[in-house]
Amino acid sequence: MIAIIDYGAGNIGSVKNALDRIGVSSVITSNPKDIKTAERIILPGVGAFGAAMDSLRSKGLEEPLKAALKRGVPFLGICLGLQILFEQSEESIGVKGMEIFKGRAIRFTEGKVPQIGWNRIIPKAKGEIFRQGYAYFVNSYYVKPEDKSIIAAITDYYGEFACAVQCKNITAVQFHPEKSGEYGMGFLRRWMEC
Amino acid sequence: MLTKRIIPCLDVKDDLVVKGKNFVSLKFAGDPVELARKYSSEGADELVFLDITASYEKRKTMIETVRKVAAQVFIPLTVGGGVSSIKDIRSLLNAGADKIAINSAAVKNPWLINQAAKEFGSQCIVVAIDAKKVGNDQSKKWKVFIEGGRKETFLDAIDWAKEAEKRGAGEILLTSMDRDGTKRGFDTELTRLISKAANIPIISSGGAGTLGSLESIFREGKADAALAASIFHYDKYSINEVKKYLKNKGVDIRC
Repeated sequence: MIAIIDYGAGNIGSVKNALDRIGVSSVITSNPKDIKTAERIILPGVGAFGAAMDSLRSKGLEEPLKAALKRGVPFLGICLGLQILFEQSEESIGVKGMEIFKGRAIRFTEGKVPQIGWNRIIPKAKGEIFRQGYAYFVNSYYVKPEDKSIIAAITDYYGEFACAVQCKNITAVQFHPEKSGEYGMGFLRRWMEC
Repeated sequence: MLTKRIIPCLDVKDDLVVKGKNFVSLKFAGDPVELARKYSSEGADELVFLDITASYEKRKTMIETVRKVAAQVFIPLTVGGGVSSIKDIRSLLNAGADKIAINSAAVKNPWLINQAAKEFGSQCIVVAIDAKKVGNDQSKKWKVFIEGGRKETFLDAIDWAKEAEKRGAGEILLTSMDRDGTKRGFDTELTRLISKAANIPIISSGGAGTLGSLESIFREGKADAALAASIFHYDKYSINEVKKYLKNKGVDIRC
């Protein structure tokens, strides 16, 4: 079973629609038990860092998620689902993230904010999942990992930023594969195969 | 670098896409789901759906249309037209819309922008502004109109755009009523002024008719996205043709 985690942070129906499209069945769930049995986990999310963490915690989802990440369950974080893997964010000072990775999310200081639209994905290394192409972004904040080796792809918005990180079973992206047309469908297919 | 967006607009009335001139005289153009799929496959960067009937009874039809489109088309979808409450916004987002455009209701109750941004995040709140030039060339002013362009307000379009940003709008959808449906080209001047005044993306709309006008709305108008309807609905240009042209001219475009 592929579990799409519903913690009240945004439009998760579109992630399910996209998986349906590539022929992958999934369930939308906010039940910690489903996290324990899931073969793969997708953590989507739009909205604010603090609200998302509050919601994850109040629904009792943080610990089961951390345990699953540790067990090696293939995991995909999308947008806010990438940012909350880090320690903290400028968006919600004082709120702790999941602290899977060291570093924090910071706000764009140049250009229009939020960044809205299609931007180029530049893979850092030859990987199985990341390809050159355009994906759809909507973000005011981006992550700055302390460990640069987890950066899987970068994008340029008035300077380079990490648009994807990857470490063992964990893949997380700032762009929205579910809204990135053919590029996004291809990405999701490759993630399913890895 | 972030690319400029080309956005086909689908004005929907009774589950059909229509296109008028200067906000009146509607002509039939096609089926929303079919058109959405076609545009997406041709390389549209986003889609905007405007419910131009927007009466309470018809609202459900629109929600169904959004649901069908969202299940088949995997690019961002903005929905607007008659959106007047948090409840309206929630039901459209639940149906699969990514962003919601609010227009008259935001003018009548500006707090709706604050509330909506707080509840759903700025990234999905688009404030739509219908603007029309008033006065002469010496004292240029653009006034905000509401209720589908039927009612003039006291608001200055540039001031209103700034206020919308301050209240939490994530994007501005600016329609020039003077140019809408005329194919005379976008209102480059107004777009540039608003793009300079507000630090959120501006989608410029109204008057797309030639490839040159699309180039100038990005270059001179500093728009982040251009919205067009009739040039695509009537197959004057395909989206692909438009994007190739702009790319050849050196505009940052995804194609």
